[in-house]
Amino acid sequence: MSSAMLELILEATLDTLYMVALAGAVSAVIGIPLGVLLYVTRPGQILAQPVAQRVLGVVTNIGRSIPFIILMVAIIPFTRLIVGSSIGTNAAIVPLIIAAIPFVARLVEGALNEIPPGLIEAAQAMGATPLQIITKVLLPEAKGGIINGLTITVVTLVSYSAMAGAVGGGGLGDLGIRYGYNRFEPLIMLITVAILVVMVQGFQSLGDRLVRKADHK
Amino acid sequence: MIKLEGVSKTYGAGPTAVHALKNIDLEVPKGAIHGVIGLSGAGKSTLIRCVNLLERPTEGHVIVDGQDLTQQDSEALRQSRHQLGMIFQHFNLLASRTVFDNVALPLELMGVSKGEIRERVEPLLDLTGLTDKATQYPAQLSGGQKQRVAIARALASRPKVLLCDEATSALDPQTTASILELLQDINRKLGLTILLITHEMEVVKSICHRVGLISDGELVEEADVGDFFTAPATRLGREFLNAFLELEPPQALVERLEETPGEHTHPVVRLAFSGANVATPLISRLARDSGVDVSILQAKVESIQGRTLGLMIAELVGTPETTSQALKQLESHDINVEVLGHVQRNA
Repeated sequence: MSSAMLELILEATLDTLYMVALAGAVSAVIGIPLGVLLYVTRPGQILAQPVAQRVLGVVTNIGRSIPFIILMVAIIPFTRLIVGSSIGTNAAIVPLIIAAIPFVARLVEGALNEIPPGLIEAAQAMGATPLQIITKVLLPEAKGGIINGLTITVVTLVSYSAMAGAVGGGGLGDLGIRYGYNRFEPLIMLITVAILVVMVQGFQSLGDRLVRKADHK
Repeated sequence: MIKLEGVSKTYGAGPTAVHALKNIDLEVPKGAIHGVIGLSGAGKSTLIRCVNLLERPTEGHVIVDGQDLTQQDSEALRQSRHQLGMIFQHFNLLASRTVFDNVALPLELMGVSKGEIRERVEPLLDLTGLTDKATQYPAQLSGGQKQRVAIARALASRPKVLLCDEATSALDPQTTASILELLQDINRKLGLTILLITHEMEVVKSICHRVGLISDGELVEEADVGDFFTAPATRLGREFLNAFLELEPPQALVERLEETPGEHTHPVVRLAFSGANVATPLISRLARDSGVDVSILQAKVESIQGRTLGLMIAELVGTPETTSQALKQLESHDINVEVLGHVQRNA
């Protein structure tokens, strides 16, 4: 294999990591609060807002039901507004974030759901404010579950990022399609898939280790 | 210290409404240990949750240390809750925090400084016997140790009242005894007023001064513990007591019991003696004086907070005249007599 080819593979790997890392980080920053909001505004919860909760839930579901490839194309004007261009790696990150936010939010909501309701009651009995309940009880107690959710999100982002080629986003998936499929170079296809497998394994075991560290159950 | 005035709690409305509490009046003086006992679903949990307004009463007032909590806004209520420690059946400890940090939580919520937190948590760990567990996580502790952590945590804000929601129901009898001892200890040392709810007579017997009996959302009976164990005023009270003392007449006898006396029947009675009566040879004296034969079917002696209580199920064998005279004689000695029924002679 030529050194130019190796360079291409290296570049694609870094592109994928860049897209996944940035999209993962931004979607976590927005998705975690959104997940908390989905949870605490439920009927009977500490900041119950049943109507707002319903609306938020529907919006989240809509976000989750749009196929990524369609989302990517559909939001091109928005992407152009944010990053100034509708093609390239950065342009691919915008739809990745949009797709990952509701995903993260639902996983966080699910993690919070695992907390025994008695803990919230105990904190209320101690005179905790809703914000204190979120920061001192909900988030620390759900830490393991949230990290687990973020791990799943990152792994999903790795696979979504393979579609980034559709908007000229680069990355391993794009390389695999263009060289491996379109140019009939099965070796390139094999290598990109192998790198993706290793990447996913790596993220998963890192996530598992962090969950173990966070959980004292 | 705690005063409930006309507290009602209704869930839902209209014909499907559930009346969990009906017009409850309750007063617990400072320094008392007050128990509320009842069957599952009687409203005990709702009652104790109304005291710190985890459940807001539909009607009535909750007054703690002179403050009407039902009139307070949410900020004032949060401040008031620092005066009301609470422990739970399932401990409700934070799994993500060490023992020390669990106990420190209420102080963090109050904005107490790190240094002061250390100064206040350490004596509490000492009091509850947890000093060597400070850095462990709840998952590493036994149930009894977890409840000790919860007690230390509840005391951290230096409350005036401790609410115990079935605090020993998830514990084995030995651990229950040690937790009850701890509660009694802090009641004495800190002068803490304790309101506890339970379905276990053992808990009431061991540490309560007064007890209320709740049934179907109503407080049906309230008495000093000694009186409650000697002579419960209600049928439910008697059922609780008999189940606790395991003093039921033998099944074969129950099947023969008739409600009304017949021509050739003997009364079967349950006698409860207390105080000096226990030590007096009343039965033999009764046999001698009234001429009835007393056939003892079951008997036991219990010690309830320093008071001795004797219980007996007996058949009084004699003529209608002599047995009724015997009953009168028993009652004149301040013995609680309950006629369970009548059995046919020679049956």
